[in-house]
Parts: sequence; structure tokens; C-alpha cells
Amino acid sequence: MTDAPLQPHRISFWRDEKLRAAGLQVLVVLAFFAVITWLIGNVAANFAALDKTFGFSFLWKLPAGYDINQTLIAYTNQNTHLLAALVGLINTALVAAVGIVLATILGFAIGVLRLSNNWVVSRLAYGYVEFTRNTPVLLLILLCHGIIINTLPHPRQALEFGGSVFLSNRGFYVPAPIFEPAFWIVAVAFAAGIAATAGLYRRARRIQSKTGRRPRVFVPGFAIICALTAVAYVAAGDPVAFDRPALRGFNFHGGLTLIPEFVALTGALAIYTSGFIAENVRSGIQAVDRGQTDAARALGLPQRRTMKLVILPQAMRVIVPPLTSSYLDLMKNSSLAIAIGYMDLVATLGGITLTQTGREMEAMLLVMLIYLAISLSMAGVMNIYNARTRLVER
Amino acid sequence: MKRLVSRATGFVCLALWTAGAATAGTLDTVRERGHLKCGINTGLVGFAAPDDKGVWRGFDVDFCRAVAAALFGDAGKVKYTNLTGKTRFTALRSREVDLLSRNTTWTFSRDVDLQLSFAGVNYYDGQGFMIPKNLGVKSAHELNGASVCIQTGTTTELNLADYFRTHKMTYKAVPIETASEALTNYLAGRCDVYTTDASGLAAIRAATDKPDAHMVLPEIISKEPLGPVVRQGDDQWADTVRWTLNALIAAEEFDITSANVKKLAAASNAPEIRRLLGSDELQGRAALGLAPDWAVNVIGQVGNFGEIFERNLGKDTPLGLARGLNAQWKNGGLLYAPPFR
Repeated sequence: MTDAPLQPHRISFWRDEKLRAAGLQVLVVLAFFAVITWLIGNVAANFAALDKTFGFSFLWKLPAGYDINQTLIAYTNQNTHLLAALVGLINTALVAAVGIVLATILGFAIGVLRLSNNWVVSRLAYGYVEFTRNTPVLLLILLCHGIIINTLPHPRQALEFGGSVFLSNRGFYVPAPIFEPAFWIVAVAFAAGIAATAGLYRRARRIQSKTGRRPRVFVPGFAIICALTAVAYVAAGDPVAFDRPALRGFNFHGGLTLIPEFVALTGALAIYTSGFIAENVRSGIQAVDRGQTDAARALGLPQRRTMKLVILPQAMRVIVPPLTSSYLDLMKNSSLAIAIGYMDLVATLGGITLTQTGREMEAMLLVMLIYLAISLSMAGVMNIYNARTRLVER
Repeated sequence: MKRLVSRATGFVCLALWTAGAATAGTLDTVRERGHLKCGINTGLVGFAAPDDKGVWRGFDVDFCRAVAAALFGDAGKVKYTNLTGKTRFTALRSREVDLLSRNTTWTFSRDVDLQLSFAGVNYYDGQGFMIPKNLGVKSAHELNGASVCIQTGTTTELNLADYFRTHKMTYKAVPIETASEALTNYLAGRCDVYTTDASGLAAIRAATDKPDAHMVLPEIISKEPLGPVVRQGDDQWADTVRWTLNALIAAEEFDITSANVKKLAAASNAPEIRRLLGSDELQGRAALGLAPDWAVNVIGQVGNFGEIFERNLGKDTPLGLARGLNAQWKNGGLLYAPPFR
């Protein structure tokens, strides 16, 4: 005989797990918003008590009044604070871009060298990684800057190379190319050379999949690009003039100048970040199963081809996510520029503009929002790569 | 639930309390606290620098001590906060310090837009240029194209830009944060010229190994009246600071020194000296809560303006500055204290 069906057991609402979890989440959200509201309210109350106003109109109403040592766009001290902030932002972007490229090249090289069979080489790489990872980045920046300005000579005794390139503790001076209108012929010829090389590459892949033999691409492609560019250059009648730097009075004028602050900052950031990238690369390579190397060697692929065609593509899946973090780190560490007098975003908007206008809250909020926007876009771009290389499972 | 309610009440109370504290006058707050919070430089010889025992000494430091002596009868009741050019106004406006005594120039925009109050001028200065002698430059008009070390966030930065623009010259800016950074860059040859207030130039020059290898160019390109700064809207506190400064200046005018102040307090017959030193009643002194012998404490423990000047900036110090504009009005300078009546 079966029993009567059981009555549904009623339990108190705080004993029900689902209701309890939901209730706790609601409370946490409420508490979070309460804290945010209190913070904003506190700031507003303090502003009112101190008679401060909150507004961004100072950015485009007041003239900046100060000069900036490196401006990639036209800027004078009579322009607005907004333009000065833009100059700072471009300087930050320049340091970040050059630093990322340098750090990646250095990091990948050191990472691969760390796994070398040569004991001396791998120990040296290990020492480099430990040094760069364990020193504070600010010290590296100050050290690089100190080395440059104290060991390089005064402009009047500048080191010169070939009469056009000068090194002094005020900067590195190289001739600046001035492009005349006829230069477009050379640019078109260069693009045509690149397109021809891409065509050669596609043709090589087609022939390889059909016959197994791969015709050479690099040397013929390089030769085509050089030949086309040279012919166009001669045909356009030498359309590039050079503005050579010359010492007049106190400093060099003309040419392209790399100020020592830029070199020191970029160099120090690249060296610091390359240590982290090297470790990422090493861990990525070692994450690839040893069986892959064995299979590739068994098929007759030499060591370099194995690394390039089998190991590294699989290692990239492990390398790229922490690489994103290293890039973001480098970009944010560039805000230490003020320590050596490089005018990046924090030094212009978050430094001089903040001090001269007294608008700390607005300036700092804007700086943080800009850094957040840059970081999110960089991370977004890297995540596109991540999504494409993800392991697709059934 | 109980914890949430109690925490919410706690937040509300905290908000109300901070709002309430924000409206209390600085004079009462400082009195209750028992010491003065003073903002000074991070290190400028002659104005605020640590001596070899780590005690902060200087022209600006002595003014902080004078205010403390006026309030508490003890010049030592001061806590110093070192502030850079970038943090000084934020620290003052957010009540981290009560008084900013940091060689700050009195300008229109700082007074009006930054909502500060300048309690007087204690040093009349001007901006100059310092350059190594071996560059062979004799005047600021020959500085076209030079690299100039400049402290960011100061009036000197804006004056420099204006000067070079109006004289149709260009320069390459080398931005720095502190005076010590300036010295490093200047001596390494990173910049040709260092520009700041003439008193700052004297301090930097004194800190080099060979002061005679450097010269200050004859052009003084701006007025830089340096003075103590307080927050706007706090008149009682501003009065206290302003009249402490006036007491120092008036004391020198009446030849009251730290040596003879007690004797003069007891025995002088001059009416204004008697009012200043408390022998006669000074109308309004009690409203500020100052003791009758407040000026005796100030002058006795810190000295009069001339003594402070000679001790920190005078001819026996490494700076060796002449009084110049900072002499008494009777001697052709600009120091003129309103009467204590």
C-alpha cells in the first residue's frame, strides 16, 4: 500500500536558499548604491561649503599660458587648456605606441633566448628578466634620464655622425625629410611594390598546395619594391629635401629632435615591460605540448621552422591575454612622465592646468576617464584577436 | 537588516558632522586643536629647509612660528606639511593646512578664481634668470633659443611665456617639479638658464659647488609679491594672520627686538608700543581671542621682521640678499605696517 502524498513542506523565507540568495544580492546592490550616493553627496556638500563650482568651461574659455616642450600639433601658449590637454594626450599616445612596439620586440627576443640551449645566453636572459621585473619602474625612468643627461655632452660639444646626426644631452637630432609635391609618384610606386609582393606570396601558396614546392618570395619581393621605388624616385627628380639640424646659439635648430625625456621614458618603459613579456612568451612556448615538437621534428621540419610554424602559433593563445595586461600597464606607467619633465596628459591636464586653474576634481576626473577609454579600447582590440584564436570545441 | 540600518544612520551622521565641521571658523578649530598646521616648501634654502638635525628652518617657517606664538604663546606648536607647487592650493582649500607660508605670489587669479586670501606681503620679489658665466651672456635679450628650466604650475612659468612672446624670442622649456630637480638639470647642462624668483635663484646659487661660476642676469621681468595665504571667507583667521605679519613689521619700525621686548613691555612710554605689547588695551584684541602679551611672545620667541630676515636671508647667510624693496618705508623700502590703534 502506498502512503498518502506528502504535504508540501512550508519553510520560512530566510531558510529557502533561492530566496536568501536573491535577497542578499538585492541588499548588496542597495548598499553599493548607498555608498556611491553618499560619496557624491559628500563631495557636493564639501564643494558647497567651500564655495567651489563644478564645470568644464575652463577648458575652452581660459588661455593655457604655458609652453610645452614637445608638441606634435601646432600649439602656442595662447591656445586653450583643451588644446594643451590634446597635446599631452598625443604625447602619451606616442610614448605608448613606440614603447609597446619596442617592448614586444625585446620581450619576444628575450623570452625565446631564455629557452636557448646555450647556458650563458639563457642565464643572461634570466638575469635581465629578474632585474627588470624587480626594480620599480620609476627608478628605471630616473636612471635612464640621469644617464642620458649626465653622460652625453653639451650641444656645443655634441657627438656627430656623418655631419647630419647629432647626439647631446639636450636631444638627438636627425635630418627631417621635407616632401615635395612630386613625392606622390614614389609613394604610389612603393604601394605597387607591396601589392606585387602580396601577389607573389599568394602565387607561392597556390603553387605549394599544388606541387609541394614553394618558390622564394622574400628576395624577389624585396627586389621589386626597391626597384620600383628607386625608378620612381629618379623619375620624380629627387623629390625629398632634408632639413639638417645646425647649432645656432644655444641649441640645435631644424631637423627632427628626440628630446632626452622622451627617449628615457620610452626606453625605460620598454625595458621594464619587456621583462614581463619575456616571461609570458616563455610560459606560452613551454605550454605547448612537447609532443608537438616531437611530431614536427619527426616530419623533418628544421628547428626554426618548427618554432615558427608549429610552436609559436599555438603558444600565442597563451601569450596574448597577459600581453594585453602588459600593454595596458605600459600605457598607464607612462603617466610617470612628470618625474622627468615629459609633458604627457597627466603633466598638462592633470598637472599644470590643474594647478593654474584650481579645478582639481574636474581635471582628475577627465584624466581618469580618458585613461579608462584608452585602456578599454586597447583591451577590446586585443579581445578581438582572442576571440578569433579561441579553441573551438564541438 | 539591523546592520544595514545602523550603517545607514552612521553614514548620515558622518555626512552631517563633516558638513557641520566645514562651517566652523579656522581660528576656533586651530585653538581647539592646540597646534597650527602650516604648509611650507619641500626644500628651498633660506625659506624652508631642514638643518643638519632635521629641524625645519627658514623665512617662511619663522612666519608659521610667529603665528603659533601669537595664538598659543609657544612658537613650537606647529606641524609642518611639505607641499609642492602642484599640491599647495589643494592642501589649503581642502583644510589639510590652516596657513600656506610657501613663497606664494599674490595674483588676481589666485585671489579671485582660486578663492584664496592673501594676508599681506612678507617678501617683495621679482623673477630673474640665472646662467653659467662661461656662456658669455650678459642680458636676458640674448636668450633666444635657449633651454630654460622652469617650475611647473607657478607664476614664473606664465611670466616666462609672456616675456619671450612679447620680445619675439623662442625658448625650449625643461619642466621640473622642485628646486632640487632644477639644480640637477641645471648643473648637468640640460638647460642653459634657470628662472624663478630672485630669492630662489640666490638659494640655488648658494647650493652649487662654485657659486661664483653662475650669474643672475640684470633683468627682473616681473613683480612677485610673496605672502602668507589662507582660505577665502574666513575673515577672523585672515585678520589673525595679517596682524601677526604687521606686528613683525611694526616691531622693526619701533626698534623692538627679541632682546629688548620684555623691557619695553614693562617700561616704554610710546603709546603705539604700549598698545602693541599689551601694556595698554588694544581695541579688538580680545575679539580675536589673543592674550594681551601676544606680540611679546611673537617678538620674544621669533624676533622682529629684520631679525627674521637677517637670520634666514641676510648678508651672513649663504644667500646674502640685500634688503632692497624689503626695507622699512622710512628706509626707502615697501614695508609699511598699518597702525596698531
